[in-house]
Amino acid sequence: MSERVKANKKSPAPVAAAKAEAALPALGPLGMLRWAWTQLTSMRTALFLLLLLAVAAVPGSLFPQRPANPFVVTQYIKDNGDYGKLLDTLQLFDVYSSAWFSAIYILLFISLIGCVVPRAIAHYKAMRSQPPRTPKRLSRLPEYGTLVVPADAGLPASDAINSAAGLLRKRGYRVEVRDDDGARPSLGAERGFAKEVGNLVFHTSLIGVLVSVAIGGLFGYSGQRILVEGDTFVNTLVGYDQFTPGTNFQSSQLQPYSIQLDKFDVTFDRESPGKFGQPIDFNAQVTTKETPDAPAKQETLKVNDPVTLGGTSIYLTGNGYAPVVTIRDGAGNVAMQGPVVAKLQGENYYSSVVIKVPDARPEQLGFVGFFLPTAFITDAGISFSGDPDLFNPQLTLNSYFGDLGLDNGAPQNVFELDVKDLTPLNNRNLAAGGITLAPGSTYTLPDGKGSISFDGVKRYVGVDIHHNPGQVSALIFALLAVAGLIVSLYVNRRRVWVRTGTHADGRTMVEYGLLARGEDHRLAAEAQSIRKLLTEEWQLAADDGDAGGGSDAGVSDPGVSDPAGAADSVPTQQTPSRQGHNGADSVTIPTGSAGPTKDQ
Amino acid sequence: MPFVINETMGAYSELLMLLAAGTYTVAFIAFAWDLAKSSKVLRAVDLKAAEAAGTVAGTKVPVAAGVGASAGTSLDAGAGANRVDSHLAGPAGRAERPSSSAAKQAGAGSAAGRTADADMRYAGERRVPARVAVALTVLGVLIHGAGVVTRALGAGRVPWGNMYEFLTTGAFVAVAVFLLVLIRRDLRFLGTFVVGLAIIMLVAASVAYWTPVGHLVPALQSYWLVIHVSIAVMSSALFTLTFAMSALQLVQSHRQKTIAGGGADKLGFMRLVPSALSLENLSYRINAIAFIGWTFTLMFGAIWAEKAWGRFWGWDTKEVWTFVIWVVYAGYLHARATRGWTGTRAAWLSIVGYLCVVFNFTIVNQFFNGLHSYSGL
Ligand code: HEM
Repeated sequence: MSERVKANKKSPAPVAAAKAEAALPALGPLGMLRWAWTQLTSMRTALFLLLLLAVAAVPGSLFPQRPANPFVVTQYIKDNGDYGKLLDTLQLFDVYSSAWFSAIYILLFISLIGCVVPRAIAHYKAMRSQPPRTPKRLSRLPEYGTLVVPADAGLPASDAINSAAGLLRKRGYRVEVRDDDGARPSLGAERGFAKEVGNLVFHTSLIGVLVSVAIGGLFGYSGQRILVEGDTFVNTLVGYDQFTPGTNFQSSQLQPYSIQLDKFDVTFDRESPGKFGQPIDFNAQVTTKETPDAPAKQETLKVNDPVTLGGTSIYLTGNGYAPVVTIRDGAGNVAMQGPVVAKLQGENYYSSVVIKVPDARPEQLGFVGFFLPTAFITDAGISFSGDPDLFNPQLTLNSYFGDLGLDNGAPQNVFELDVKDLTPLNNRNLAAGGITLAPGSTYTLPDGKGSISFDGVKRYVGVDIHHNPGQVSALIFALLAVAGLIVSLYVNRRRVWVRTGTHADGRTMVEYGLLARGEDHRLAAEAQSIRKLLTEEWQLAADDGDAGGGSDAGVSDPGVSDPAGAADSVPTQQTPSRQGHNGADSVTIPTGSAGPTKDQ
Repeated sequence: MPFVINETMGAYSELLMLLAAGTYTVAFIAFAWDLAKSSKVLRAVDLKAAEAAGTVAGTKVPVAAGVGASAGTSLDAGAGANRVDSHLAGPAGRAERPSSSAAKQAGAGSAAGRTADADMRYAGERRVPARVAVALTVLGVLIHGAGVVTRALGAGRVPWGNMYEFLTTGAFVAVAVFLLVLIRRDLRFLGTFVVGLAIIMLVAASVAYWTPVGHLVPALQSYWLVIHVSIAVMSSALFTLTFAMSALQLVQSHRQKTIAGGGADKLGFMRLVPSALSLENLSYRINAIAFIGWTFTLMFGAIWAEKAWGRFWGWDTKEVWTFVIWVVYAGYLHARATRGWTGTRAAWLSIVGYLCVVFNFTIVNQFFNGLHSYSGL
């Protein structure tokens, strides 16, 4: 793999060869597989898949999505005819579970695994091996400098290398000293292995996040329930109004805890001009029991502040009013008594009410209408709610009698009444008119069909109940990923080499070079720090930065000439190869090369 | 009863925002003046230098021929040695990123058509208009900061709960981050862009999104609002800087190519701007910080979503776009390490990423319905 990459770079011919190889893989099935694997785990493929993933995620925000809004999707398809159906065939209403979206991220993660595993092995080996051999020409490294220890300092070349090794070790480098007692001892040092480790942790953790999400999808469940003040929810399948099990859900997973809504308070904004009446606090007092026999516990349930119970979390997601009514039938018996959940329709809790009374005799009764917490009627006779609070509660209803169609067992939406087969009793167009009730009042239905009383108003809350077993591990992996990311971006992997030699006149000549792997904008600063450390350790005269500019053409190039001999031409300590930056901003154009240049 | 809204404070805040916008406008003019003036001066200096060079070296073309050679070798030596073993461990097609040290070598010698320092440190002659502009921007940001603080005091909470506040606070953070970066790096060439953007944001806030001080809806009453949104705004401010730098990088690299090919330099003011490679390197570093910030934004958003809605991820429109932005910038970071994708292509990714940020902030907030519809519209 690496060979081919290098070959690609050198000349176009091998590229063509590689392409030909790609086009006609006369490689046999195994070779083909290997070829495909190499392609899939290449950096370019990873990048391509990442970008593709970004693009593929977009349609999910443009079209309504089934998991979030099933009804909107149905309506959308209805409204858009063939176009809607086409979109549906393309799974554009289920983008995030669609075949194509899944294909992209599964390929991406296979590529990821194919990347991470070999890199982890390679890195493990690298961490256990010695720093690479000392290059012949240190001066070609991006950071390079020399030091000269006077002869009378009594620091022979081998001592100098060992002392440098000690300093670098203290700085966190792994150091190997070579040719310790030879004429030109050197050392290789490396640090920053954590960078690659961080990168591997990051990528591996992403797999962890994905697996956690999958576990949540398999074993989790969620459901909804509406609780009127006084109601109790018991965590069993029948307790839910709506229930969405994960793929591998078993009903034995449900712990039969209970939660009772004692009281629900809403605070409305009474100060801000533009937002008068906007709710600013929802507060539900609940009594919970972990198991049927456990002691009761008082808790508060708020938005952004769920209650956790029996391995689930319970969230406050909605609320409204539930007018309490008593309905007597034609026979004079109480056919129904209790709160009716009113469904929010408009501003200020303008809500719709549907009451079905299947127990009424001789005829079943049905009511449809509205509840308004603060009723106002315009001159045109249109009623609206003037405030979300209960200043002037009013129930306006039409009534019907007949067969509600509930007896055949077909499920019905409790918030809708199909009046097709019913006979109207009360509405605006009939002589009897509609029903308008204030709390405490009773209305007698025409024709002796019974009566309805509006006894008072309670509040209700909608709660979402979720169990997601993958959640904690998703969080842990996400945190690991960020930690890995930060390490991989901010630890620098660096190598340092130092070589020493003794000049004919007894001076010890030292040269060093630094190389970064990957992006490292602080390499120059590191070179300077190391130079400073060595200077202090060997008590050399502090060098003054730019002193060495100019005649460095022949600076020790051990690969070519003896460092001792070459150093003859060095008038002073040679400065690091960092060039004069401040000069670079000047407006003159350097006609020659300014500052020290590298030898070629 | 919770905190009582203070409308006087709110009124002060709005006044301060307008004052800040006014100050920025003057600063903007000064920044623009700086660009215009400097490009003229630089051209004159260049001409003179070219003449001098012509008489000395006998050539009239002020192209530093040495650049290519010296930069080339240092790259080869450095990166070459790197490549050998990095590929033993890396996936196919992995590139050595154009490193800063290489840029530095190129920067020092290269003088053809460029003046700004590769490291973007302060140096060289004093640019009076630029100094005036920066001073005015500092004044503006102080007034602006006072506006943000009075808004917070008036509402008794963090000032980022609706579009008006996102815009005013966001503009403040963008300018403040820019000024903070200015302490270390000479990015004054970005002044017109950043200050111009702040003006647009303030004007849009006051004209299109004006909202009086008020309480937060219960869904937003969480300390996660403080954490999640503040990190999002700061990351976006950084992305703003890198967007500008990447855009300039594209222009600069085009210009450099033109000049290298012997073409005429039509964009004189770009002399104030560092080389394409230096821009790429610095914007990479800023993008890396911003990417970490965005990762936190995403994560904290997920934690908050879990607290508020019972699921940490539900592909809500806002979540989708936050994810898209994250993936695009992850792509950018990858591109910088992929052969054939560094330089211009990476810059395009950075630009696309920022366009997604803007889209997420404007269009998604305004026109897409989702759980995140808190824009206060
Ligand atoms: C879920 C998909 C992926 C995401 C979100 C992702 C994200 C990232 C990020 C943010 C970085 C930056 C860290 C750094 O620069 O040090 C990175 C680096 C890297 N990624 Fe990925 N990655 C993904 C998949 C892959 C795959 C499939 C491969 C293998 C082909 C891969 C190989 C690499 C490599 C080699 C680096 C280091 C580049 C360097 O030298 O800095 N990544 N990735």
